[in-house]
Amino acid sequence: MSIDTKAKYAESHEFARLESGLVVVGISDHAQAELGDIVFIELPAVGKTIAKGQTFGTVESVKAASDLYMPVSGTIAAVNEALQADPALINKEPYAAGWMLKIQPSNIAELDALMSAQDYAKAIGEA
Amino acid sequence: MPFIPNSEVERKAMLEVIGKGSVEELFSDIPASRRFPPLKLPDGISELEVLKEIEALSAKNLGAGQAAWFLGAGAYNHFIPSIVPALASRGEFLTAYTPYQPEVSQGTLQAIFEYQSMAAELLGMAVVNASHYDGATALAEAILMAWKIDEARKRILLPADIHPEYKDVVKTYFSSFDVEIVEYKGAPETAPVDGLTACLVAAYPSFSGEIYPLEAGAKKAHDSGALFIVQADPIMCAILKSPGAQGADIVVAEGQCLGNSMNFGGPYLGMMGTTVKFMRKMPGRIVGEAKDHDGRRGFVLTLTAREQHIRREKAVSNICSNQGLVMLQACIYMAAMGSKGMEMVASLCNDKAHYAASRIAEIPGFKVVTKSFFKEFLVSTPKPAADIYAALVKKHIVPGLPLSRYDASRTKELLVCVTEMNTKADIDRLAAALKEVSA
Repeated sequence: MSIDTKAKYAESHEFARLESGLVVVGISDHAQAELGDIVFIELPAVGKTIAKGQTFGTVESVKAASDLYMPVSGTIAAVNEALQADPALINKEPYAAGWMLKIQPSNIAELDALMSAQDYAKAIGEA
Repeated sequence: MPFIPNSEVERKAMLEVIGKGSVEELFSDIPASRRFPPLKLPDGISELEVLKEIEALSAKNLGAGQAAWFLGAGAYNHFIPSIVPALASRGEFLTAYTPYQPEVSQGTLQAIFEYQSMAAELLGMAVVNASHYDGATALAEAILMAWKIDEARKRILLPADIHPEYKDVVKTYFSSFDVEIVEYKGAPETAPVDGLTACLVAAYPSFSGEIYPLEAGAKKAHDSGALFIVQADPIMCAILKSPGAQGADIVVAEGQCLGNSMNFGGPYLGMMGTTVKFMRKMPGRIVGEAKDHDGRRGFVLTLTAREQHIRREKAVSNICSNQGLVMLQACIYMAAMGSKGMEMVASLCNDKAHYAASRIAEIPGFKVVTKSFFKEFLVSTPKPAADIYAALVKKHIVPGLPLSRYDASRTKELLVCVTEMNTKADIDRLAAALKEVSA
């Protein structure tokens, strides 16, 4: 199971990675493997402001539909439109082509409260 | 198979856990005299005697087959071709519970798929589910769906002129939710839609039979980001522009009129359809067409991740049910009639209703209130409608629904329904009897 060492992780398995001022969000490799083949994703409208811990969308696999939670508070700056046509990108490249959101964070310090890659690896029993 | 799945040993183990010595002890809160009250029942009688007694009771009813029947108001007397019950009662279909396992239920699943496909065409929607309890709960579920799409929108716009019982069901559904139900009068585009409106509901036609075009209402709802929900008469959709073609996001309907008898008010069939955009928000089961691993056509439940058995407390609804057998009758009815047959039924209803309305309008003191109607229209009467009803029922004519049943202040209004079942002679008898009773 791969873990992006540049990212931080929420207990609900979203990753958050700072890239030129924006926080890139998706779900971890572990999460996509647990969900199985992803067939649909619902993402929020760009411009919407959502607080940390609130749901920002839903991901649906062949065996479950799960809510997605904001790892940090902020305004949605971009969503990955490519996922509508090919949600399997989340399975193939969860940290790269399978990204979901870019957030303009309202409080960047919230990023520090998330788990480090090392702690996340421990949390999912990979270390 | 016994439906109490635990054994004596298991029951004993459970009783030990909760610290009770016996099942009887569980009921000790109920006074002993009330626990197993003696039933003063007469001695058993023979099957022959039972039949005679039940038949005598049954003969006290005035059924639609024994009267000139002009009563509708949500339950409609349409012709049911014999093929409908003949096929639906086949052992392969006639089960108490709908089996969904694709490996053993291809016939059932295909029938559901075909029902969905025909209903979708009729209502003008991309996807139809299978199904809801009845038209009223389907409407409540549609509103729930619209509200759950954006819970910040708390306003629900309901036509004042929708079936009063549908209104009651919607109000009951939402009695413990933080939403505001606002009634509006007249055409849907006159409703007070705002940025906090979850949905605008339109009745097609209204309870008093009025047909309002839907496009303007759809546009008004969409301009404010609200959903447009239409509660439709499926038979009427066979000749008028479908709600889907007029911009509806969700269409609901009572499907009893499609090949099901009036059944004393139930079981009925709640129909619901929506667009591709909202299909993942729709409650209820959906059967999809698939291919097995040899490439053969087959049918399975699809989009199930929306559903209560997977999504649990986050599902849009946890109380929808497939009305399997009623749905099957509707499916066979639509297949047997075909689109031409359904158009003919609808045309007959329309023509006969307009003939009846013109006959009634000729009688002094009577006025047809509904302006643009299909098979049902409201009549204002010179005498209390309940009195007219009582007098005509004695002549085996059921003239319609006196509105005082739902609103005590509306004493002189009668809702008259005419279907293909009413002959010209029936209609002329109705007109003559109305004239006589009000003279």
